[in-house]
Amino acid sequence: MLYINNLNVELENEKKKILNGVNLDINAGEVHAIMGPNGSGKSTLSYVLSGKDGYRVTEGSATFEGREILELSPDERASLGLFLAFQYPVEIPGVGNMTFLRTALNSQRKSRGVEELSAAEFLKIVREKAKNLKIDAEMLKRPVNVGFSGGEKKRNEILQMAMLEPKMCILDETDSGLDVDAMKLVAEGVNALRSKDRSFLVITHYQRLLDHIVPDVVHIMADGKIIKSGGADLALEVENNGYSDLLAEYN
Amino acid sequence: MPKTNLTEQKISSYSLPTEASWAIKSRKSALNWLETTGLPNRRDEYWKNTDPSYFNTIKKPERNKIDYVENSIFENIDRINIVFEDGYFNASKSDELLLKGIEIDTISVANQKDNHWSANYFGVLEKSSQVPVERTLASLNTAFAVEGLAIRITDKIDKPISITYLHTNDTSDVLIHHVIKIEKNASVTILESGGVASRSNCLMEVFVCENAEFDHVRVQGRSHEKIAVTHLFANLLKDSSMKSFTLTVNGKSIRNEYVVDINGENSKAHLGGAAVGDRGFSQDDTIFVSHNNPNCESRQVFKKVLRNGAKGVFQGKILVKDGAQKTDGYQISQGLMLDDDSSFLAKPELEIYADDVICSHGSTCGEIDNAALFYLTSRGIPMAEAQDMLVLAFLNDAIEEISDESIRTIIGSRLKDWMVKRHKS
Ligand SMILES: Nc1ncnc2c1ncn2[C@@H]1O[C@H](COP(=O)(O)OP(=O)(O)OP(=O)(O)O)[C@@H](O)[C@H]1O
Ligand SMILES: [Mg+2]
Repeated sequence: MLYINNLNVELENEKKKILNGVNLDINAGEVHAIMGPNGSGKSTLSYVLSGKDGYRVTEGSATFEGREILELSPDERASLGLFLAFQYPVEIPGVGNMTFLRTALNSQRKSRGVEELSAAEFLKIVREKAKNLKIDAEMLKRPVNVGFSGGEKKRNEILQMAMLEPKMCILDETDSGLDVDAMKLVAEGVNALRSKDRSFLVITHYQRLLDHIVPDVVHIMADGKIIKSGGADLALEVENNGYSDLLAEYN
Repeated sequence: MPKTNLTEQKISSYSLPTEASWAIKSRKSALNWLETTGLPNRRDEYWKNTDPSYFNTIKKPERNKIDYVENSIFENIDRINIVFEDGYFNASKSDELLLKGIEIDTISVANQKDNHWSANYFGVLEKSSQVPVERTLASLNTAFAVEGLAIRITDKIDKPISITYLHTNDTSDVLIHHVIKIEKNASVTILESGGVASRSNCLMEVFVCENAEFDHVRVQGRSHEKIAVTHLFANLLKDSSMKSFTLTVNGKSIRNEYVVDINGENSKAHLGGAAVGDRGFSQDDTIFVSHNNPNCESRQVFKKVLRNGAKGVFQGKILVKDGAQKTDGYQISQGLMLDDDSSFLAKPELEIYADDVICSHGSTCGEIDNAALFYLTSRGIPMAEAQDMLVLAFLNDAIEEISDESIRTIIGSRLKDWMVKRHKS
């Protein structure tokens, strides 16, 4: 599904290197988790994959569904089925949440040559999915993320994911800021989307999310690279011992 | 050219109409003020950012190619339709003007009559608005405008009165002067739209009596060559309200002046404007709101989207006089630059002589928020469309000032139109 090969990235405006040769293969249907200390480059990886500007790829490649994606625009990547649930979702005053979601969904459908959804069809689906995530109708009407609590913003990300039904879902610390119940809701939302054709890359600091969304592979990222990969128990090891042993081992 | 010569020449290009003595008196008084004060020039405090020569010159405006005659944007609304063509009232294209609760005459007819209600109002607000800042383009209008409407509203009118200004002559240069009086407890919505003329100087004096309501939505036509100066003078008595919103899409130089005098308690004046322009576009809102009594509210919400070297000017003042306690005054002006070539010049002013008031003003000039743009595009929305969404979002606060939902929708779609055209150019 998503193959990242020796990805090296620096900031566009300063000569600061952030990713130092990331290698990552995610096959269809797999759930991968990335853990790693603050500032190790996890969010940067997710931004570079989804096409945010401000970064320069100096080496390496990323192919998604057989296509080299690093040259594509963010909307093209999204329409191919890539989705990033943001660590810090952006507030957009003046743009209604519903208008935004419908425009996004129909833009993607259009680019795939699928018929656009009518307002009524859309409304029916969004209401049902919002209900599952306990997002009330009033929140849907508000401008995108404006005045949402931290947890509400994260749930809104998952709602977008549920509506857009991407093939590759990257979740950047979707669990942080969530209370225990909300985390269960989000995990249920994610698990409901799990299928043999859909993959996940879950960035997190905490084992507790991975209790609910059990990963096939866990990677540890430090200093802009993956320094170790293992099974679900690797996350437990981090939870119990922190990163120091792993970092020492790597150095 | 020296100020006096220019003014003299301009004056000599017009002649005073022959009319009832009250009308002549008002016109002469305006002319006298114009002669002694002179037309505006770049050294005048409120003309530093907008070149007055567009409005001042005697020369006819450059030939302004009219691709098509723009019909009213409000066509699909149930309305009372009044049509002006190149500055002249066109009776055959207008609806019947005999309506319950509404008294309408053209200014040319009203000014001939010895006793017409407008005798006590024609030129009155224009005159009182000449201090502390002179507005001699308005004096020019009062002195020489032979067309316009005298509208008196005596009831609550549900149907909006829509004035459509058709522009068919490509060098037309017109003056239009309206006088509107909304009697006690009455209310009306006035819609204005259309290209008006290659160059126009339109003035509206509005008297809003006790507990009356005046709602005004104006769409200034989209011709690139258009030159227009407007003055809206309003006087509000107690418990009354006015709302005025203007959408400006393109044009060469457009200046909208507002002078609102709040002269009674518990009154409200809301002014809003959205301007979008390209290339040689220069648009200016110059506003003076005066709170003369306690417990009144005023709002100014003005937004401009500019690109390709377009210029936006905002000069807005709130004056709170001594004794106008509990005034609630708000003003915001914002420019959104779609490139580095455009400019937004703002001069917000507060002058307050009462101690128990809430007054705030803010002005910003910015670009499209990149984080928001990335968020939208990362969900599959193409770049151009995402930009449009953010431009509309930016203008939204101003458009929200329009109270009628169907009119708000019409304004929204006109803006979308502009954006589609923008992508093509
Ligand atoms: N645009 C930028 N300008 C300057 N520094 C940046 C920029 N983007 C990322 N960095 C730096 O790159 C490093 C990696 O940041 P990144 O956000 O990817 O870390 P992270 O692993 O997601 O951290 P966290 O766990 O705290 O979310 C940090 O040192 C960060 O300060
Ligand atoms: Mg991060």
